[in-house]
Amino acid sequence: NSSRLVLFVEIQPQHCKTNRVEPNATIGEIKSMFHKSHPQWYPARQSIRLDPKGKSLKDEDVLQHLPVGTTATFYFRDLGAQISWVTVFLTEYTGPLVIYLMFYFRVPFIYASKYDFTTSKHWVVHLACMCHSFHYVKRLLETLFVHRFSHGTMPLRNIFKNCTYYWGFAAWMAYYINHPLYTPPIYGEQQIRLALIIFLFCQIGNFSIHIALRNLRPPGSKTRKIPYPTKNPFTWIFLLVSCPNYTYELGSWLGFTLMTQCLPVAFFTLVGFVQMTVWAKGKHRSYLKEFRDYPPLRSPILPFIL
Amino acid sequence: MASSEEDGTVEEKENNNKKRTKSALVTAWLTFYNIAMTAGWLVLAITMMRFYIQRGTHKGLYRSIARTLKFFQTFALVEVGHCAIGIVKTSVIVNGVQVCSRIFMVWFVTNSIRQISTCIICQKIQNEESVILFLVVWTVMEISRYSYYTFSLLHHLPYFIKWARYNFFIVLYPLGVAGELLTIYAALPFVRRSGMYSMRLPNKYNVSFDYYYCLIIVMLSYIPLFPQLYLHMLRQRRRVLHGEVIVEKDE
Repeated sequence: NSSRLVLFVEIQPQHCKTNRVEPNATIGEIKSMFHKSHPQWYPARQSIRLDPKGKSLKDEDVLQHLPVGTTATFYFRDLGAQISWVTVFLTEYTGPLVIYLMFYFRVPFIYASKYDFTTSKHWVVHLACMCHSFHYVKRLLETLFVHRFSHGTMPLRNIFKNCTYYWGFAAWMAYYINHPLYTPPIYGEQQIRLALIIFLFCQIGNFSIHIALRNLRPPGSKTRKIPYPTKNPFTWIFLLVSCPNYTYELGSWLGFTLMTQCLPVAFFTLVGFVQMTVWAKGKHRSYLKEFRDYPPLRSPILPFIL
Repeated sequence: MASSEEDGTVEEKENNNKKRTKSALVTAWLTFYNIAMTAGWLVLAITMMRFYIQRGTHKGLYRSIARTLKFFQTFALVEVGHCAIGIVKTSVIVNGVQVCSRIFMVWFVTNSIRQISTCIICQKIQNEESVILFLVVWTVMEISRYSYYTFSLLHHLPYFIKWARYNFFIVLYPLGVAGELLTIYAALPFVRRSGMYSMRLPNKYNVSFDYYYCLIIVMLSYIPLFPQLYLHMLRQRRRVLHGEVIVEKDE
């Protein structure tokens, strides 16, 4: 899905013809210009670069500060259909919320018909439903009110990939937890109580980290700064870890696994952990590259280990 | 100044020597590996032919070669390692899918389990005609493939081996897939009745697994996977035999 179209731009003080721009024009303006002459490629799906094999230029880059003369040759690449991050997050998080509840209320055609609309006799199943639903409601609210996204969009095919992952696993887990033949945890109340404490602790921790990261970045800006511990004790983990939001997320799901004692949940936790470790390592590496004075004691996701 | 320049060239020579010994070692290993695999599959082919000529039937043939087959087919996992390290230029995924499907057949479909009850079932599965079909296909393909690699590494590749490797698959691939699918299909009623490899609720892990449906999913997965592998081989064939330059799509 890539083309090698060359966009030839003349840089002149008078901006009156197409393909002629002022020196202080930004890449974003070039993209709007290109969109006008090629309406099928809206700015979000354009990748403009100076070198066909080089990095994509940012929207905020100003022509004057780029290594170009009186004319500039840009290379265009089509990133494919794009969708906004907010849309993707809302869709992928609403699915598990609704799907789990369908299994919890034992909607017909899932289990044997004599169990339709019955509820489980184990109180841990009710607790698990509350925790799972709380987790995804929290995520939805954070997407709407807390997160500041550095990228506006992602490729459209990601929504299918992500939704399959989240929705598929939610259905698989919910099926067994809400099953009429569900077996509660071996160590009973002790196990469930410990699991609940771990889960709540990590949910609060995860939320604290999201708030701390949001406060790092003023509204509308795309600046990047090193996160540091704040007055909130849950953020003190920043001393040891670069991406504590992932650490707390892992903790939450470990708590949920312990609470439900369900192998599919353990599997989901493991897969999520692998993915988050990959992201954390990438983020840690880019922190190290960008900031000379990055604290050396920090690990990507697990203190001292990973 | 002059001495440091000399040091530079000495270091370079040492590095080059290291590279040369490393690639000589790699070539030696690959050559040994491919000769061993060619020999192994030749032994399998000869054993199969002897069995059929002596007994006149294919019943019990799989059982007689099962252990050797399992050994050489499982050992092929090493090839995935070769791709991963980069000493062989095939993609890890392509090779991985092929090796995995073979190992699945050998260990999970036609395998003999030590339990008495399931042993009879496995014998019934092993005596199907479709088993002979894929065994013959695998043997011919592997012998031509490994001898192709061996002769390429020795830089003395007879044209007929190259021709065989890149032409046999056109007929043999679909036949092999047919053999494998028919075998899995034949195994289904036995799997259902015996409930082998399956786990039911309730249990303390709160999970269930039905091998019967797993096999059905495996059969369905041939639909997207087989055409891709086949087309991949066809592209390779055009490139190797007719020197066509295939322009790969970006990303």
